Amino acid sequence: MDIFLQQIVNGLTLGCVYAVVALGYTMVYGIIQLINFAHGEVVMIGAMVAFTVITALAGSGAPPVIIVLAGITAAIPVCMATGYIVERTAYRPLRNAPRLAPLITAIGVSIVLQHVAMMIWGRNYISFPQIVQFTPYHITSNPNGATISNIQIVIILMSVAMMALLLGLVYKTRMGIAMRAVSQRPDVAGLMGVNINSVISFTFMIGAALGALAGVMVGSYYGIAHYQMGFLLGLKAFSAAVLGGIGNLGGAVLGGILMGLIESLGAGYMGDITNVCTLDKFLPGFQSLCEANPNSSFFGSNYKDVYAFIVLILVLVFRPQGLLGERTGDRA
Amino acid sequence: MNAIANSVANLRSNPKLYWVGVALIAISLLALPFVLAMVGTAWVRITNLAILFVLLSLGLNIVVGFAGLLDLGYIAFYAVGAYVYALLASPHFGLHLPWWMILPIGGFVACIFGILLGTPTLKLRGDYLAIVTLGFGEIIRIFLNNLSEPLNLTNGPKGLATIDPIRVFGHDLSSTTRIGDFAMQGPLKYYYLLLIILLVVIVINLRLQNSRIGRAWEAIREDELAARAMGINTTRMKLLAFAMGASFGGIAGGLFSSIQGFISPESFILNESVMVLAMVVLGGMGNIWGVILGAVLLSFVPEVLRYTAEPLQKMIFGKSIIDPEVIRMLLFGLAMVVMMLYRPAGILPSSVRRRELSRDE
Repeated sequence: MDIFLQQIVNGLTLGCVYAVVALGYTMVYGIIQLINFAHGEVVMIGAMVAFTVITALAGSGAPPVIIVLAGITAAIPVCMATGYIVERTAYRPLRNAPRLAPLITAIGVSIVLQHVAMMIWGRNYISFPQIVQFTPYHITSNPNGATISNIQIVIILMSVAMMALLLGLVYKTRMGIAMRAVSQRPDVAGLMGVNINSVISFTFMIGAALGALAGVMVGSYYGIAHYQMGFLLGLKAFSAAVLGGIGNLGGAVLGGILMGLIESLGAGYMGDITNVCTLDKFLPGFQSLCEANPNSSFFGSNYKDVYAFIVLILVLVFRPQGLLGERTGDRA
Repeated sequence: MNAIANSVANLRSNPKLYWVGVALIAISLLALPFVLAMVGTAWVRITNLAILFVLLSLGLNIVVGFAGLLDLGYIAFYAVGAYVYALLASPHFGLHLPWWMILPIGGFVACIFGILLGTPTLKLRGDYLAIVTLGFGEIIRIFLNNLSEPLNLTNGPKGLATIDPIRVFGHDLSSTTRIGDFAMQGPLKYYYLLLIILLVVIVINLRLQNSRIGRAWEAIREDELAARAMGINTTRMKLLAFAMGASFGGIAGGLFSSIQGFISPESFILNESVMVLAMVVLGGMGNIWGVILGAVLLSFVPEVLRYTAEPLQKMIFGKSIIDPEVIRMLLFGLAMVVMMLYRPAGILPSSVRRRELSRDE
C-alpha cells in the first residue's frame, strides 16, 4: 500500500509537469491547429537557462528561494522570446500554406534549437546544483512509508497556480476573449477588430512561459538537464494533450495528470507483473529464466517511456477526440 | 533552374543526344568508385552510405512526397530491416540464411510494422500521424535497447556484430579480390550491388508515380476530400503508401546491416529520421530525381564539412569551436525551414506541377 501511495505521489508530481507542458501544446493547437514540435525544445531551453543562472548564483550565499526565483525569472523571458521568434519566422509565413509545410518547419526548428542548445551547453548531461535541501515528509504514520518531498509539494502547488492563472487569463480577460475568438474563427475575429497576429504571438509566448516553468520544475525534480530532454517530454506532454482532448485547456490538465500517473504506476508495477518468476507461477516455460535471473522482467521500469505512446495509440483508436474534447480528430 | 529543365526537354526531343547523355552518366557511375578509391577507400564507403540514404529517401518520398503524409520516425523501419537481417544472418542465433531471402523478409516485416502503425492513425489528420511516427521511432529504439532481458533478442545497447556479408554465388562481397596488381576492395563490390538495387528501386518508383496508384496518392495529397469524392479509398491508399515506404526502408536497413557488419540501436536515433526527411524536402517532395539529388547533396556536404570545417576553424580561431556534427544537424534543420519558407517544392520541383502549369488548352 505504501509503495502504491508513493507511486501516486510521484505520478502526481510528474503529471503536474506534463500538464503544464501539455497546456502549451493545446493552446497553440487550439488557436492555429498546429502541433508546435518546438515546444519541447522551449521547455529544454527553460531548464538550461535556469541551470546557468542557478549555478552562477549557487555560491553567492543568497537564500535558495531567491536563487531559484532568479532562475525562473531569467528562463521565462528567454523562452518567451524563443517562442515569439519561432512563431514569427517559421510558422507565420506558412499560415495559409498546405498542412505539411508548417509541420516540416516545426520539426526543423526543433532540431535547430536542440543543436543551438548543444553548442551553448554541451552534449553531456548537466546536473543542477543541490541548493534546496531535499526533505521528505511522511504521509502515513509508517516511518518507512510513502513520503512527499518539499520539491514535489512546490511543483504541485506551482502547477496548480499556473493552471488557475491561465484559466483566469483565458476566461476572464479581454485578451482571453480575443484568443478564444481567434481559435473559433480567425477571419471573423479579425473583422471584429481583433489583431489576429498579435493574439497568436501572445499565445505562443504564454505557452513558452509555461514551458519555461515546466523546464525549471523538471530540471530540479530530476536534478539533470540535457539538450535532448525536450523531445521525449514534449512527446509525452503532447500525448497527454491528446488524451485530454487537444485544444481543451481542462483536458490538457486532466490528460497530463493521468499520463503522469499511468507512467509512474506502469513503471512501478509492470516490472513486478511481468517478472519471470511471477509468470512462472501462471504460465509454463519460464522456470529456467526464473532460475537464471529471478529479478529480470519483460517490461521493467526501463520501458517507462513507452506507456505514453501506447496511451496515445489507444486514444487515437478508441476516442480520437480525447476525454473532454468535442472537436473530432477527423478533418482532412 | 528553368534553363536546366528546358535543356532536359531539348535532350528528350533529340533521341541520339539523349542516349549519349545516358551512356555518359552510366560510364561515370561505373567509373566513380575507382576514382574515389584513388582518393581513399573511405570515400567509397561514404558513397555506399549515400546510396543507402538515396534508397531511404526514395522510400520516404513515397510517403511524404507522393501521398503527402508526414512520417517522422521513418528510421524505425530501417532499424527493423537491419535487425531482421542481423538476427537471421549472424552468430547471435546461429542462423545464416542467404541475403536474397532475408532482404525481402526484412522488407515484409517492416511493412507489417507500417500497417500496424498506420491503421489507427491514417484515418485521422496528418498531424497525428506525424506525432505517432515520431513516437514510434523512439519506441523501436527503446525496445531494441532493452530486449536483451530476460530473453536476449537484440543484445541490447551492445548491438549485434559479425553479421554475414552478402555472398553472390558463393563470392563474399566484403572480401578483397586481386586482379594482377589491382586490389578490388569490398566497398567497391558493394557499390555495384547497391547501384543495381538503386536502379531497380528508381524504376519501381518511376513506374509507381505514373500508375493508377501514384495518381491516387497525388490526388489525396492535393485534396483528400475531392479524392474521396472521386471514388478513391483514401484510407487504404494512404495505408498502401505507408506500407510501401516502410518496406523500402526495411530493405535498405538489411543492406545497411550487411555492409556494416555491426549494428546497434545507436544507429537509429531521431536525428537519422530527420536527416532522411531533410533530404526529401531539400530535393523536392514528390520528384524522384529531386529526392535523389537532395540525398546525394546532404550525404556528401556533411562529409566534406567534416574534413574542412574543423581545420578551417582551427585556422581562424585557433581552436575548434563548433563540432562538425552540430554543423551537420544545424544544416539539416535549417534546410527544412528555409526550403519550406522560400522554395516549398524543393530544388527540383515535382514535374507534375510544371506539367499542369504548361498545359496549353
